[in-house]
Amino acid sequence: MARWTPDPSFYPSPKMAMEAPEETLAYVALLEPDQTSRPDALGVLDLERGSDTYGQIISTVEMAAPGDELHHFGWNACSAALCPTAPRPHVERRYLVVPGLASSRTYVIDTKDDPRAPKIAKTIEPDELIAKTGYSRPHTSHCGPDAIYMSGLGGANGADEAGGIFRVDCETFEPLGPWESEQGQQRYQYDFWWHLNKDTLVASEWATPSMFENGVVPEKLLAGEYGHAMHIWDLRSGKHLKTLDVGAEQQMVLELRPAHDPSREWGFVGVVVSTADLSASVWHWYRENGEWQIRKAITIPAEPADPELLPPLLQGFGAVPPLVTDINLSLDDRFLYISCWGTGDFFQYDVSDPFDAKLTGKVRLGGIVSREAHPASGPLKGGPQMVEVSRDGRRVYVSNSLYSSWDRQFYPAGLDGWIAKLDVGADGGLALDAEFLTTEFDGRLPHQIRLEGGDASSDSYCFS
Amino acid sequence: MSNWDAGATLLLGAFHGLNPAMGWLFAVAIGFQAQARRAVVGALGPIAVGHLASMAFTVLVVEELRVLSSEATIRIAGALALAAFASWRIASSHRHPRWVGMCLRRRELALWSFLMSTAHGAGLMLIPVVVGLHVNAHDHMLMPSSLGPVTAVLLVHTVAMVAVAGAIAVAVYEFLGVGVLRRGWINLDRVWAYALGAGAAATLLIA
Repeated sequence: MARWTPDPSFYPSPKMAMEAPEETLAYVALLEPDQTSRPDALGVLDLERGSDTYGQIISTVEMAAPGDELHHFGWNACSAALCPTAPRPHVERRYLVVPGLASSRTYVIDTKDDPRAPKIAKTIEPDELIAKTGYSRPHTSHCGPDAIYMSGLGGANGADEAGGIFRVDCETFEPLGPWESEQGQQRYQYDFWWHLNKDTLVASEWATPSMFENGVVPEKLLAGEYGHAMHIWDLRSGKHLKTLDVGAEQQMVLELRPAHDPSREWGFVGVVVSTADLSASVWHWYRENGEWQIRKAITIPAEPADPELLPPLLQGFGAVPPLVTDINLSLDDRFLYISCWGTGDFFQYDVSDPFDAKLTGKVRLGGIVSREAHPASGPLKGGPQMVEVSRDGRRVYVSNSLYSSWDRQFYPAGLDGWIAKLDVGADGGLALDAEFLTTEFDGRLPHQIRLEGGDASSDSYCFS
Repeated sequence: MSNWDAGATLLLGAFHGLNPAMGWLFAVAIGFQAQARRAVVGALGPIAVGHLASMAFTVLVVEELRVLSSEATIRIAGALALAAFASWRIASSHRHPRWVGMCLRRRELALWSFLMSTAHGAGLMLIPVVVGLHVNAHDHMLMPSSLGPVTAVLLVHTVAMVAVAGAIAVAVYEFLGVGVLRRGWINLDRVWAYALGAGAAATLLIA
């Protein structure tokens, strides 16, 4: 149903979005660890200050069947609806588009009638997705200027085929076919986002489904067969423009965070692990004199460890890799957050000058070896993984689950789910909120977190 | 052109100009990208050309039909076209052009403007005025094939459209800022659908 005035959660610019009210709830993907006994769920996390249930999951909506493996969900519409090319400011930010990576099923979840008790409104079945787009294993959803854009990590024919990007209508939720107009040089699909005002889409590489569905394949990792490049595409024509290769030893190029200010032509992308020394890294892409370039901005070294304390996969190396699995950028493009799911470190860097990132905050929670405790708990299992930042940049939420088969591989003793909150000072710095630790998920594990009304990875803007 | 026709033409032009989706918002965005007011004003040319072309397309279709059929048929067909388009806009309000791309050449910007105007049925809204012109023309025993008054309608309309769009674009670029969109952007598509419906009635009622 269209509105008479624009949805109040749409902002023309990221600067204006920073003035948005504080979030009072969040939606969290909750994964069933064994993926067979019960369906995954979407949980509602109460963030209303002073509420008796502040910091607790107050309701969950169960998916239709076990085995979905819910991943990076997004909104049907966001601030990109105010972009001037095909504006539709009177649609509502109402539905969460929640992709099931393992099942290829996508749920459309309606948050309008009662935001604290959302309901499944529609499902896009695997057959329909594959028939209409040729892609499977949907992973990431972004609201774009003309439609919802999603990545699919697999193709139509088995687990050795790589995926691509497809579009979905933002009100009927019909898949609109593959987005690319030609295949280009991209080997695998993972994350994507864009520089809207520059008609540029950026995309990253993980692997084919057979290389991640049953955990990381060590031989392929050591042979440098996982993705090690990001790609520049023309957003208008769907044509591949350039490959930015970071070198075969840099394995798994994952989360892309372009600057939110649409006049800026740079961003950061995380690399999970280097086969040379198990370090992780964050790379800075930028355009100079019309040419897209990439450079290593931050290196995070591995930590030597007693092999006895390591999972079988890592025992031969005698070290804990940091494993940068998620990063996020505040709406003012000033602070970059980095999750190290292996060591348990969580970093804040000041990237006001993206060529000179400065460490401004550090907290450790969990970690494969250190199992660093939270003030509100004993030692923690898992490490900071999915990170979300509030629109005003003052609160950061982290959850600890990555992906069921990888959780088992890196944390074989099993995980107990947790979500922690960190407070950010007006001029940066990270402080753990000692009171806030969500641990009750009814046996499920928390993955992606989306904040009410939008957050630092949900919206794109056409004005500075 | 009677005063009545001229007034209606101007008002419709202003109404089209007011709609951010018809071009002024794009002109503002282009201005911000180039960091220059000159770019805001420069964008108005292609936007006007595209809008005029869309209007002319509809009006010429009406003119062609007029040669082939009676005045009453034209009026009824015009009204039906308007009513059909209005109901389609109300029933499928989620349908919108899928244009992607911010970095446009002038030619592409004119094409964008043509597509946006056409998709919104902007030309259809002029049908009552154009049909009215011919009623008057018959009264004055003018040659039915004279395109003079029709051209005048198109030009007056486009000038009014661009004047309003340009004034808003410059004001938003210079003083107001795009923040005004958050509350000020009322759903003109819905108003538009009702206006098209009213246009259908007017076409039938014109004496």
